[in-house]
Amino acid sequence: MTQQQTAGPPSAGQADLAEEFLDRQTPLSRIRNILHRYPAVSPALVLLIAVVVFSLLNERFLRVENLSLITQQVSVVGTLAIAQTLIILTAGIDLSVGAVMILSSMVMAQLAVNNGVPAPLALLAGLVVGLAAGALNGFLVTRFRLPPFIVTLGTLNIFIALTLLYSNGATVRGSAMPPLLTWTGTTFPVGPVRISTGVVMMLLLYIAVAFILGKTAWGRHVYAVGDDKEAARLAGIPVNRVLMSVYLAAGAVLAVGAWIQIGRTNAASPNGGVDLNLDSITAVVIGGTSLFGGRGSVWGTLLGALIVGVFRNGLSLAGLDVLYQTLAVGVLIIVAVSVDQWIRKVKS
Amino acid sequence: MTMTEFEAPHVATREPILQARNLVKTFGRVVGLDGVSLDLYPGEVLAIIGDNGAGKSTLIKCLTGAEVPDTGELFVSGQQVHFKRPQDARVHGIETVYQNLAVSPALDVASNLFLGREERRAGLLGSVFRMLDTKGMRTKAKDELTRLGISTLQDVTVPVENLSGGQRQAVAVARAAAFGSKVVVLDEPTAALGVRESNQVLQLVRDLRDRGLPVILISHNMPHVFDVADRIHIQRLGKCAATITPQSHNMTDAVAIMTGAATA
Repeated sequence: MTQQQTAGPPSAGQADLAEEFLDRQTPLSRIRNILHRYPAVSPALVLLIAVVVFSLLNERFLRVENLSLITQQVSVVGTLAIAQTLIILTAGIDLSVGAVMILSSMVMAQLAVNNGVPAPLALLAGLVVGLAAGALNGFLVTRFRLPPFIVTLGTLNIFIALTLLYSNGATVRGSAMPPLLTWTGTTFPVGPVRISTGVVMMLLLYIAVAFILGKTAWGRHVYAVGDDKEAARLAGIPVNRVLMSVYLAAGAVLAVGAWIQIGRTNAASPNGGVDLNLDSITAVVIGGTSLFGGRGSVWGTLLGALIVGVFRNGLSLAGLDVLYQTLAVGVLIIVAVSVDQWIRKVKS
Repeated sequence: MTMTEFEAPHVATREPILQARNLVKTFGRVVGLDGVSLDLYPGEVLAIIGDNGAGKSTLIKCLTGAEVPDTGELFVSGQQVHFKRPQDARVHGIETVYQNLAVSPALDVASNLFLGREERRAGLLGSVFRMLDTKGMRTKAKDELTRLGISTLQDVTVPVENLSGGQRQAVAVARAAAFGSKVVVLDEPTAALGVRESNQVLQLVRDLRDRGLPVILISHNMPHVFDVADRIHIQRLGKCAATITPQSHNMTDAVAIMTGAATA
């Protein structure tokens, strides 16, 4: 009792000292602490600045038609980036997202057009393909303990080959498909803007995944596994089951992405989507999710996807060559990862 | 066995909460545990000491489900158990604070306290949408820290990586104390701490014992061990060299037994 009483005051004094020390931070480190706590702040700022700059460069940029176009351009990469975020949060990476999406979209389109399968069943088959691809990636990562980079590099090639074998390299045109498959490409007016069904689906997915990651035990376990796998295991989290479920969830999201892609391009092509892998990773990284896992959010990823879309659109409206868009995206990636490294240096 | 009971008559009448019989664990050609037995009685602090490689960590890993012994038996409250993973031990009320702390740096204090056993909201939000009761868990976390007398953690929403070593240790110990219904195992809890923080952790150990929770404490620090332990299990070369008490032996004796210079 007396021991505790004497122990009280010095510890309180120490706490005051510690708080004083925290207050004596430089403005820069205070900014760093804010960014550390709210990782979506920096991409939001970048997006805001980009929008202001591009609207000054070309007054057409801020027109509703153009903004509507940007959202549609972003819808496919934005959806793939959800899957990519889930996997990167577990300290993995998925190089096969684009290939899985294309394979799934080819299965949907071919079954509906060439095999006369009813459209809902064709969509379901596409979903099964997405889940199976996710299961394969997850199985190899959890059972064989292979690095996700290697696993998905392998499956990337496997899925590309399967797609070409299955489709014989032929594109299926949207005009031949049942309306349900291209439904994601239909637009409807919201005030002065035309929004496509695919964009709405993407946004709904963001809301759902943000809720699951932020508000459920599973979401917290995804962060814990990415943060420190061994600590998560010792805390009683079934690490392999969480990893497997992440790859399955990613596969399901990719199947939805396949549906959105069919509507967006009004076709299912075995050759599209080669850049989509890297674009999805770019969106995640620019969105402030750490490649080392355990840190980030899907809202940051949405901002990241929008930043890439805004840069590409804005630079082309400003009359710059496509090469400069690619250049700008490259610079963005390096800046984003540097900022992430800097933020991670936060110490008490 | 009778030897132990002689030396600690106050525990001899009670049934051990945790019993290990002839645990053997090998790693390839290396013998980690070579037939180790151990008894833990209600309301005691049992320290496990030993030189590097004596099998301390392997022993507690077998007791807490982090490793599966090759042979040997484990009993909790007289009933035989088989731990295949840490969750199995937790189900039986055995909570462990591992040397590497097992906290998730990016998650906040409350999330870490409830990691792996999150509580959901009442009603449809919890059952259908599986929504976490974040507010409730934060309140409970705060209450638990207050109950344990941990005053250094006021804000349970701070990410653990922003805490000092002692505060992280407090989080880990608080988690074990909050959920350990039968046994709390602490692996080197004071190894990375300063004097003041070490004393806080030792006080926490005494508080746990006073609440009737037996504690197994693995430590290199002899003064700490002799300060809080009721009995001391000395590991040497994968075997239990002796079980002594701070009354029956002094630190020099303990070190002598540990290094093989003497026997109990």
